[in-house]
Amino acid sequence: MARGKRHRVLPGFGLTCGYTLTYLGLVVLIPLATLFLKTSSLTWVQFWTTVTSERALFAYKLTIGASFLAALVNSVFGLIVAWVLVRYRFPGRAILDALVDLPFALPTAVAGISLCALYAPGGWLGGILQKAGVQVAYAPLGVVIAMVFVSLPFVVRTVQPVLADLDQEVEEASASLGARRWQTLRRVVFPSVLPSLLTGLALAFGRSLGEFGSIVFISGNMPGRTEIASLLILTRLEEFDYAGATAIAVVMLGMSFGMIFVINVLQTWSRRGAV
Amino acid sequence: MAGAAGHFGGTNKAGGRVGTRDPRWMRWGLTMVAVVFLAVMLILPLVIVFATAFSKGWAGFAAAIAESESWSAIKLTLLAAVVSVPLNLVFGVAAAWAISKFEFRGKNLLITVIDLPFSVSPIIAGMLFVLLFGAHGWLGPWLAARDIKIIFAVPGIVLATVFVTVPFVARELIPLMQAQGREEEEAALSLGASGWQAFFRVTIPNIKWGLIYGVILCNARALGEFGAVSVVSGHIQGVTNTMPLQIEILYNEYKFVPAFAMASLLVLMALLTLVVKHGIEWRAARSHAQTVDETVGVAATA
Repeated sequence: MARGKRHRVLPGFGLTCGYTLTYLGLVVLIPLATLFLKTSSLTWVQFWTTVTSERALFAYKLTIGASFLAALVNSVFGLIVAWVLVRYRFPGRAILDALVDLPFALPTAVAGISLCALYAPGGWLGGILQKAGVQVAYAPLGVVIAMVFVSLPFVVRTVQPVLADLDQEVEEASASLGARRWQTLRRVVFPSVLPSLLTGLALAFGRSLGEFGSIVFISGNMPGRTEIASLLILTRLEEFDYAGATAIAVVMLGMSFGMIFVINVLQTWSRRGAV
Repeated sequence: MAGAAGHFGGTNKAGGRVGTRDPRWMRWGLTMVAVVFLAVMLILPLVIVFATAFSKGWAGFAAAIAESESWSAIKLTLLAAVVSVPLNLVFGVAAAWAISKFEFRGKNLLITVIDLPFSVSPIIAGMLFVLLFGAHGWLGPWLAARDIKIIFAVPGIVLATVFVTVPFVARELIPLMQAQGREEEEAALSLGASGWQAFFRVTIPNIKWGLIYGVILCNARALGEFGAVSVVSGHIQGVTNTMPLQIEILYNEYKFVPAFAMASLLVLMALLTLVVKHGIEWRAARSHAQTVDETVGVAATA
């Protein structure tokens, strides 16, 4: 269809576009600009010493490491969950399918206190794990568990539609050519879901990077042990060290924006792979 | 999504196609792994909320909710949602109209900017408003001279909630309205309808379900926002505490029954959100399946 060539028949472009830009400017862009203006009040040396202090470096390492670990856990289990939900039929499947979105809808503070209560020493799961010598609450592992919870839906929900749209004739062809079932899965099914799996992994990782509410309860917030970057920013703010908080926030925002770029590239790839 | 899954279920139930069926041990094993994983990660946290909330029976639960501080937290949370949901609803519709009905340069950049609040950590989101309106912020002295309080007061909480919920309605509507195109509205206009008539009589019925879906997701986040609100609130009990903040205070004071009683209300809200979401998806899948059946039927008779 001759899209751009047709003259604007529908009204309201000026109104809606103007409103959209004004609203975004006031609510999103001006506040974000403040952050970068505030950082520019620091000299480079000040900025550098703040963002590379030992405590900050540890917080990034924990945040990035735990986010990546949580994204990996969700990639493995998310792929299995998506496969089971799309291909198998069993009682309760529809309820489990609906429940996958729970972390999107459940307030993070609620997730935070219930995970903490579950995994605390003497809690339902914490008690069992304690006997096995594994400490989850108030340890780095607790941070990972909370991140697994909040980022759980991403891999399932990116892989699921791709699996559902997969042409089963290719699998039949593979089987009729003598491939064993696991060979078909590995060589035929897995490559076609790989782009969406990586997209899900990146989305899960990005979500965990900025997570706060579900982590602060279970982590115990010990500097140099379980203190994540978001919490360090909050601590600096509460000390009225605005410049320090801003500097670390800029580093974290830089990572988040980098993830937007990575996710866009991955999404383009998976869309091309789907065609 | 659900519709396509249903189709595969059909072929599998009908005896399974050759070579697309997993061995029995694998079906059983993978199903167990998925069920146990979801049960431990998602169901157990829900169970412990209700188990603790009702550990002292209905009376304990009711007493916890009836506390005056709990009530004021519930009211403030509702206020934040009542302001931010309509604002972002109007914004979402306007943005989706501009993006889906017109061609202009920088459209992809605009979509990225609309999604930005999702990529900003909630703590940073709250901090932005402290930097703007706080005592040491850009507008702080100006506001102080006029005795206007935004940070550590209700307006700050509302602002932070608006910020984190900006994308919800827009990101549901943009792909939906882009897929629907503009022929129907153009037809309405050529038949003599005004722009507003085309919008209310043609566009709104077409996007109704996407709109509802966006609104309930926006609402869930508005009611449950914690990090951003926590930064701007100042935690004044009975004044600037929302439900999630009140839950935090109660939990840290080891008042587990009241904390989980409040939490159970938010869990109910989350479960209701999921029910509505899946109801809408089920409807969409069914109407899609109907269209497909009709097309197939027409093709068969032709």
